[in-house]
Formats: sequence, C-alpha cells, structure tokens
Amino acid sequence: MEKQLFTVTVFSENQVGLLNQISIIFTRRGLNIESLSVSPSSIEGIHKFTITCFSDRETMEKVVKQIEKRIDVLKSFLYTDDEIVYQEIALYKVPTDKLLDEKNLEIIIRRHNARILEITREYTVIEKSGHSDETEALFEELKRYDIRQFVRSGRVAITKSPIEYVTMFIEEQARRREEGITE
Amino acid sequence: MSNKITGAEALIKSLIAEGVDRVFGYPGGAIIPVYDKLYDYTSQLKHILVRHEQGATHAAQGYARVSGRTGVVIVTSGPAATNVITGLSDALMDSTPMVVITGQVASSFLGSDAFQETDVVGITQPITKWAYQIRRPEDISWAVARAFYIAQSGRPGPVVLDLAKDAQTGLTEWVHKKCTYIRSYIPYPRIKAEDVQAVAKLINESQRPMLISGHGVMISGAEKELANLAEKADIPVTSTLLGLSTIPSAHPLYKGMLGMHGNIGPNVNTNRCDLLIAVGMRFDDRVTGDTTKYARQAKIVHIDIDSSEFDKNIKTDATIHGDAREALSLLLPLVKEAKHNEWLETFARCDEVEQEKVVKREVFPESGPMNMGEVAYKVSKATGDRAILVTDVGQNQMFSSRYFRYTEPRSIVTSGGLGTMGFGLPAAIGAKMGAPDRTVCFFTGDGGLQMTIQELGTILEYGTDVKIILLNNNFLGNVRQWQLLFFNGRFSQTPMINPDFVQIANAYGIKAENVETREQLDGAIQRMLDHNGAYLLNVNIDPTDMIFPMTPAGAAVDTIMLNASEKFDPQQIK
Repeated sequence: MEKQLFTVTVFSENQVGLLNQISIIFTRRGLNIESLSVSPSSIEGIHKFTITCFSDRETMEKVVKQIEKRIDVLKSFLYTDDEIVYQEIALYKVPTDKLLDEKNLEIIIRRHNARILEITREYTVIEKSGHSDETEALFEELKRYDIRQFVRSGRVAITKSPIEYVTMFIEEQARRREEGITE
Repeated sequence: MSNKITGAEALIKSLIAEGVDRVFGYPGGAIIPVYDKLYDYTSQLKHILVRHEQGATHAAQGYARVSGRTGVVIVTSGPAATNVITGLSDALMDSTPMVVITGQVASSFLGSDAFQETDVVGITQPITKWAYQIRRPEDISWAVARAFYIAQSGRPGPVVLDLAKDAQTGLTEWVHKKCTYIRSYIPYPRIKAEDVQAVAKLINESQRPMLISGHGVMISGAEKELANLAEKADIPVTSTLLGLSTIPSAHPLYKGMLGMHGNIGPNVNTNRCDLLIAVGMRFDDRVTGDTTKYARQAKIVHIDIDSSEFDKNIKTDATIHGDAREALSLLLPLVKEAKHNEWLETFARCDEVEQEKVVKREVFPESGPMNMGEVAYKVSKATGDRAILVTDVGQNQMFSSRYFRYTEPRSIVTSGGLGTMGFGLPAAIGAKMGAPDRTVCFFTGDGGLQMTIQELGTILEYGTDVKIILLNNNFLGNVRQWQLLFFNGRFSQTPMINPDFVQIANAYGIKAENVETREQLDGAIQRMLDHNGAYLLNVNIDPTDMIFPMTPAGAAVDTIMLNASEKFDPQQIK
C-alpha cells in the first residue's frame, strides 16, 4: 500500500499518562511519529494532540481506532494534507557578525516572510512559520551563515471541514447522560 | 467529631459497595494498611491467599469467566505488581473483567527508585483497559467506581489501580457513588437500524450462510438469541475456542469449532460459504490462518461491541456495532425463515471424514498407550457433559476443548489469546469459587502444571474441589508436535524429567492416583468424580500422540492435515 504523510488528531480528557497511551499504539506497530504537539483545544478541559506519521492508510485507520478505544480519548481523526490547514514554526540561531556581512539580509527575510526575534552582539534569532519545505528552504539559505541552533515545532492543524465533530460528540454524550442512557 | 476513615478502609468499603465479596491476593509492604483493615471486614470480604501473584490474577479470571462478575486482585508493589503482568495481558486479550489493586510506595517516594517501587501504570498501560495511580485518599472511591464500570462494561477488560501507601493511611470522608457515565467512553453504542437491515438483507439473500459464535456471545448473554436466529434461518453455527458452550454441543445446528485444531466442517466451509456472520469474535490468526485466503468467496458480516475489531484482520462487507444480544434480537424479526438442507449436509460429510480419520483413532483406540482425546471424552461423559472445563495451554487444551461436550453456557475457561501456560490451575480454583455448584475439571500437561504448581497450596488451604486431569507425556507436547512436523523431529528442549506428581499432590493433602493403562481409566475417573474434594489423576499419555486435524500456522484455513502424512481433500465433500 502506498505510504504518505498522515496527520492524526486526538481529543482527550486532561489525564496524566495520555501521551504514553497514545504513543505506544504507534510503537507497537513500529511506526515512527514524525512530529507531535499537544495543546488545549477550543473546548475547555479538552486537550488536542496533533501527530504526523508516515504510513499507509489502512494501517493509520487501525491506529486511529485503537487510539479512540482508550478510555479517556473522546475522538481521534485521520487526515491527509489536503483536508487540513497546517503550520509549523521554526527558529534559527545565527552568529550576528556573519549576518551583518550579508548584503541581502533584508531580501532573505522578506522573501521567506521570516522575522527577527532577538539580536545580540553574539547571535540573532530568526523565526519562520510555514510548511516543512518552507522552513527547510530558509534553513538551506541560512546555512552559509553557520547556523548554531535550529528547531522546528510539531505540526499544528485545523480541519477545513465545516462540521465540528468533537463538539457534536460532546453534545450527543450530554444528551445521553440526560436521557439516562449511560450503560 | 470527624467521620473520616483511612484510605485503606475507604478502599475496602468501596469494593463492598461495588458488590465484591471475594478477592484474590497476597500481602506485602506497600499494601499492609489495606490488609490491616481487611482484618476487620473478613465477614463481608473473603480473601483468598494464593501462593504467587500470577495465580491471583488467573484465579480472578477463572472466577470472572464462569460467573460474569469482575474478578478482584490485591497485591503489593514492585515484584508483586510485575507478577500480575501476565494475568493482565491475558485478561485483556480474552476480554475478562478484572480489577487489580497494586500497592505503591508513598507518593513522596515516587520516581526515586524506592524499595519495591516500579512504574506500574507505565508498565500496564498497554495491557489494561485503564490504569490509574491513586495518590490521595479522597480519590479512592471515585477511582474504584470508575474501575468497576470500565472493567465490566462494553468489551470487558482488566483495570489497574495503583494505590500509593500514603493514600492508604491518609484520612478521607467516604461516600460511594457508582459510576455509570464517562464522557469519553461509549461502552454500549446505539445500534443503527440501517446496519441491522443491511445484515438481514444479506442473510435473507444467502444460500450458504455460516454463523461464528465467539466469546462476545457469552459475555453479552446472547446464547438464546443466537440459537433463535440460527433456528429461524436454518444457519449452521460454528464456534471459536472461547465461544464454546455458547450453543449446546448437541444442538442440531452446531457444527463444531473453528481454528487451527478445530473441526473440518467449519474450517473447510469457511471457504465455501457465501455469507459469514461473525458474532463477538475478532478473527484471530489461529482462526483465520492465511487472511489472504480466508473466505474470499463470502460476504463478511461482523457484529461486535468493539469497532476497532472491524476490518482489523478481515475486511467486512457489513457490520453491526453494538451488544451481541441486542444486535441478534434486532435481527431476528427481519430474518426470513429458510431451509439449507443441502448446505448443512456438507458439514455432516466433513464430520464423517473427521470421525473416520481422526476421532476413531484418537478417542476409540483398541490398543496401545492412552491418548489425550480419549481421556477428555471419557471425563466429559462421566460428568454427564455438565462440567466446567478449565484448561492449561497446549495439546491438553486442544484435546480437552475438542472432546468435551457442552450442555450449559459458561462451561469453558481457557487462555485463548495469550496462550498462557500455567493459567489453568489457578483459573480452575477461581472457576470453582465462582461456580461452587458445578464440577470443575481441569486438564493440564506436565509442563503447564509446573508453571503454577504452587497453587496446590491454595487448594490445600481452602479445600477447593478441583478435579485435576494431568495428561502426562513427559514432554512439552505441542512444541514436540511442531518439532516433529516442521523441524525434522529435532526435539530441542522438549523432553522433561518429571517429579512424582501423586506424591506432590499428596503432600498438599490432595488425593491422587496414577493411571498407567486404559483398563484403569474409567475406574479412576469415577473415583475422582465421586470423591468430595480435589483429586489428581496423573494419566500416562503416549508422547507421540498429536493433535489433529491441524491447519499449519500461516496456511489457508482449508489446508487441513488429518495426520502427519495425510491432507484433507475438499473434493471429498463436493
């Protein structure tokens, strides 16, 4: 089966140990998590995991179902890149003196839509958000200035679908509780 | 005046409030406060002192499997917690409700490599339905309530509560409230009417339907609904290993067991049916063999409460996500009456071959040393086919489950998914405690028995009436069989020098006898069953006895060996 990059989102209760429960499902199948980020979601008390993984669809669908099976997970979804708006952020630490020798610094910063966060006598920190290929392009360009540190965040993503499935799930569950259909 | 109680007492009161009247366990340093309180509650909460923590988990499993109630285990931290790992994993694989409470070092010591500290939650997360560490006494009631709800609802499974020592000694107010709702958890999904209609349509259109009854039928108590559906539409019923006894062996529509050592009819007809209706089972590889050659000609219907099982191993054409009993009741009125005489006839033809080629030699030999199959057959018969069968793992498991006959539900306790050698003896003890009015016959081998043989001490202490049939061939028989068939007969590390099992049993106050010849067998079985109390038969078995039919691992389900040199020819039943 054809492999590609998938984005998995997981919505969970705020419980200790959730990350381990999710990550071991990937580990069991020998899947490498490419990137991972955890943050609060738009719904109070609910955490959102965004995970990218390179695999085939069939495997990923099984993984998502096994994640959703965990007691404190509300919902988990699988996306390809065309179904989501996604972003990453990268930081580059470059020696200031080398940058100052550059005549085209302004052009580089402008062309990449990057910005400078901090400048000291020793180093400058540049920030760039975008897709991986965009942050990599800037990395390639800054290479000649001897990048001292580089870091890129995990992917964060928001769906293009107009339907908010997690909100619907929570509302449905609240109805069940009211109706007493709990067992 | 404070009405606070210790966390230890809160735990015990919470267990009692959840309906627990029996726990299996073993005390130790980090759980002493709980055992101290238990001392005051022995009239309400009976504690069974096992001889090893693994035994506690398997006993709890045996208890749960025959009674449908949640098995409860209490052990200490560290090595005790690591000793329950096998039982947890087994219970997860075989969907068994179990709550295991492990002691833990005081919360201030967590993460410091304190004496007998181990990361229990971290270790057990992959093999439990839920694992939670309790660090405050006020969380105990909530966590216990949640643990029982999770363990026994939906697809049952094991739960671990890791209880820090200071949570046991600290004071808390105690009010117990049962858990009936968790926002992120839907144990009993609403069945979709259109799914039921789609399945009914497939059943009504099919000419050669076949039902598979799995453990889920037993768990949901859907035995009657399954039989009703089968009878109305005249559908042959086959069973997984754990689904045995969901339909009586003598039912005219019951056609046998699936799997590597199952009956020929169900396995061959898997690849000849036009519709496979799988209820409460998970298409384990021991059932499917090569999945690329599994029921390719058939439409597949999968009814299960766990949707992560759909399309996991076998692609489905239709599914019903929900409780088996509910699903089958909803299906019944939509399914048309039908007759499938010709189709059913093909099972009978397979049975004839199996009788002639396998059963005759195995169960009714005229001379030579004793076979495992004949012992199982005779024991079952002597109990009027009414006993609970508990097995260990290996040839003893396959022979006894094949040649036992079942008349009542919940009559088999065996380690199916994990295949845990050593499961049997403690599971049999738990089974007897969970069903005290029934005869419990435990079949084991000389290998598996010695893995948890210390539990004879538990039998001694509690006078548990377990009938132990040791099929002793002085070999690790199942591995020996594979070595003979697939590894050029190189019996690497499978012969065993064994102790005198009768003397060992006697040392534990258990009556026992050696059965050396076929002539002694009937009398010995009768003496065992007539005896009021535990009894061990050490039956001298032919080490060359092999379990057939056999679908070799990874072969197609209808590739069936009748013996070491002969294969079943599906053309025979055309």
